[in-house]
Amino acid sequence: MSSIADPVAATPLSDSKAAAAAAPAIALPVAGERELRLDLFRGMALWLIFVDHLPANILTWFTIRNYGFSDATEIFIFISGYTAAFVYGRAMLQAGFVVATARILRRVWQIYVAHVFLFTIFLAEISYVATRFENPLYSEEMGIMDFLKQPDVTIVQALLLRFRPVNMDVLPLYIVLMLFLPIILWLMKWRPDVTLGLSVLVYALTWQFDWYLTAYPGGFWIFNPFAWQLLFVFGAWCALGGAVRMSRILSSPVTLWICVTYLLFSFFVTLTWHIPQLSFLMPKRLEQWMYPITKTDLDVLRFAHFLALAALTVRFLPKDWSGLKSPWLRPLILCGQHSLEIFCLGIFLAFAGHFVLAEVAGGAFMHALVSLFGILIMWGVAWVISWYKHSADKDASKTKRTGGNADMAGGSV
Amino acid sequence: MRPGSGAVLALSLLAGLAATGLARAEDAPQATPQACEVPAYLLGTDSVLPKVTDAVKNGRPLTILVVGSRSSTIAASADSAYPAKLQAALKEKLPSIQINLSVELQPGKTAEETDTTLVKLVEAKRPTLVIWQTGTVDAMRSVDPDDFRGAVGDGIAALQNAGADVVLINLQYSPRTETMISVPPYLDNMRVAAQQHNVPLFDRFAIMRHWNDAGDFDLFSTVHGPDMAKRVHACLGRALSKFVLDAARLDQAQQN
Repeated sequence: MSSIADPVAATPLSDSKAAAAAAPAIALPVAGERELRLDLFRGMALWLIFVDHLPANILTWFTIRNYGFSDATEIFIFISGYTAAFVYGRAMLQAGFVVATARILRRVWQIYVAHVFLFTIFLAEISYVATRFENPLYSEEMGIMDFLKQPDVTIVQALLLRFRPVNMDVLPLYIVLMLFLPIILWLMKWRPDVTLGLSVLVYALTWQFDWYLTAYPGGFWIFNPFAWQLLFVFGAWCALGGAVRMSRILSSPVTLWICVTYLLFSFFVTLTWHIPQLSFLMPKRLEQWMYPITKTDLDVLRFAHFLALAALTVRFLPKDWSGLKSPWLRPLILCGQHSLEIFCLGIFLAFAGHFVLAEVAGGAFMHALVSLFGILIMWGVAWVISWYKHSADKDASKTKRTGGNADMAGGSV
Repeated sequence: MRPGSGAVLALSLLAGLAATGLARAEDAPQATPQACEVPAYLLGTDSVLPKVTDAVKNGRPLTILVVGSRSSTIAASADSAYPAKLQAALKEKLPSIQINLSVELQPGKTAEETDTTLVKLVEAKRPTLVIWQTGTVDAMRSVDPDDFRGAVGDGIAALQNAGADVVLINLQYSPRTETMISVPPYLDNMRVAAQQHNVPLFDRFAIMRHWNDAGDFDLFSTVHGPDMAKRVHACLGRALSKFVLDAARLDQAQQN
């Protein structure tokens, strides 16, 4: 099996035994062959993030956050960890620590530039709203625009990733996680399980001692990197052989039932948020213990919900499922394969969507239309990008893109 | 995504289609009061207001103190803001009771900063009921949500210890600033704080969003004058009066 699990793992003996004993749950993609499930679910996460960033509309009801604790962000960060470890882990084995680090840093730079680009668009939107919108009903809320009065400070803070407008929190998180990827991979090469253990420890300490990163002009990072690293490292751990070693647990019926029970429980709890008439069914004790389910610190309930979803997905959606090749899933997979571009586009479209809804027309119909159009645009652009890669840049890609490129496994964002 | 079921969805779709028509109708001078129904589930609460109930049942005057930030008033037209409208609605519904209402604005102050003044205010005014509108400033300054929840909890406890009933009011639904202010953590934490201290929470956010979705108000619109703010506040005051009477379990007894 030409996976990178064996060479990366420090205990190749026990690993290969485990791998041989059980059918692989997430089999590592063979070199050169894409793991379409990753693309599919990342594409889905991108669509869901886009829809969730727009004002609520009919399509919002199709996003998973309405049916359980976790949402698309978990999927996105996990898959990002998985693919990044897969791609750069291979680079680290073949070309060494320094080269892999250099490649990772180049990727970090790309993501950073993308973030700054989005910030510029955001500034344009805000400035427009600030000059046009004067509803006395919202005179207090409009105070948020005060930062425009001191662009010198604001823009520098934005470049330092400390000033982050709403909906622009994922890329900074991703930048920080990627910055630590060389160390994570280096540790993984040594002992994957210890690395995962360390990650859990950092997560636990974060909860214990309330670690966080401050933001500007006040407050904190909406996605706490100390907590969210757990998902990222877990993704990396799975990519580097962990998934194979877990396959026995994943295929056990006990796991199945635990997952199903937990997902149903979480579905029911979420239902009481949407239908307040049902909330009398919730025991007060349980509510007090459970709430709030924080997204900032990746609540354990959210993490567990993601694990349950992932376990069921891996179980019921085999890697070689013929549907992955169907034209119906093609748009999702295409988007997942160019995730950095499509992610940024999604953020931009969310801004643009807000703008259209505010300037042109509101109403539920228009809301749904904006969401649908946005998704179509994301698909179209993904198609164009893939056309560039496969046709327009064909010669260039042959010479330049040899191994270690993030797009090998579907891009690293 | 508060609105509940598929039926609500279908309805709001229809309402949305009708919204353009309504928006045009709004241009005409309004003779009738603004239509702004609030679904019952947004006005119901399990928590009670025993001191309010007691005062009304015994015919004592009802002293209400509204503590809030700038969204509890309308610049240059405080008489049209929801506290004044609440007072008017309560007077109408409880004609035999004397209703005293005062407003203490704490513009630009977070819940934690308000905490320190709450006890003094209550000692000075001896209110039966304190209506505390908060969260907006905290959200704008992105105060740590855990700290915010703690501050709201402390404030409620201080008010209760000082002998007042408490109603919380959360943030406004403000679609224009949705891309700039992250509201959900503060809504969630206010709900938790209300639950922990068994205090009724007037869900201003959900109610205003309902009006927007139903086409009663186009909260996206760039109107410049205070007219729309006045109409929204009138509706809020009326809804709040229903909410208070419901929480005090007075709606049936007094109205019939």
